[in-house]
Amino acid sequence: MTTKNKTTITAEPGKQELFITREFDAPRELVFKAYTDPKLYVQWLGPRDLKMTLETFEPQSGGRWRYIHTDSNGNVYGFHGVFHDVTTPERMIQTFEFEGLPESGHVVLETLKLEALPGGRTRTTIQSVFQSVADRDGMIRSGMEKGVNEGYQKLDELLEKLQQ
Amino acid sequence: MRRDVFQAIADPHRRTILDLLARQSLPINGIAEHFTISRPAVSKHVKILVECGLIEIRKQGRERYCEVQPEKLNEVSDWLEQYRQTWEQRFDRLDELLKELQSKEKTE
Repeated sequence: MTTKNKTTITAEPGKQELFITREFDAPRELVFKAYTDPKLYVQWLGPRDLKMTLETFEPQSGGRWRYIHTDSNGNVYGFHGVFHDVTTPERMIQTFEFEGLPESGHVVLETLKLEALPGGRTRTTIQSVFQSVADRDGMIRSGMEKGVNEGYQKLDELLEKLQQ
Repeated sequence: MRRDVFQAIADPHRRTILDLLARQSLPINGIAEHFTISRPAVSKHVKILVECGLIEIRKQGRERYCEVQPEKLNEVSDWLEQYRQTWEQRFDRLDELLKELQSKEKTE
């Protein structure tokens, strides 16, 4: 059993940016594929309790994307943006906007970098730059209620199964 | 205006005030000594910190001392931790997927 890769989030107080770092036990090309192949992307990005639908997905420089999350009560949450730069297999720069905010125009600039590590492993870093500190802090808080309740149990079971 | 811990720590002066008070409780004048900004400006920051629940003012003799409320500050770290867990769960699913893809590659 390998040790679990840790997700590190750096969000200094009072700044407009945050960083998310994570390593994967898979080669860079494959991790990049999981970000750009729509069939793979939907399998991991959406929260467990929500249905994720990719409406538009054009992962190339100048392409657009839009996906919606639908919860069990039929509430719909939309997100969209454009791919500014897609450089296989090392970088993606895109904009991100949540459509459920009281006013539109709160856009995030996200840069994903994939770094090949020895042993066929990959380090990914996401830098998100927000228009204001309040935007960033609001985004972090929006992720707070979700996720916590979702246990790791399901995942642990699955991982054990895969390793038998 | 919003009054919570995130509002409180958004300003560098307020973060410095919290740093100072984390070491020892101080009267407002004692805080102001550490700043080049005016005493009324320091008072204003202290007022916001009080409104956000991060410090309390306690009377001690003739002086009024500012004291940090550490449990309130913990809200900030919990807040980031929960966001981190959301991402961790997302990446755990990506791990599963990558593992599946790699085992498929091997068998094909």
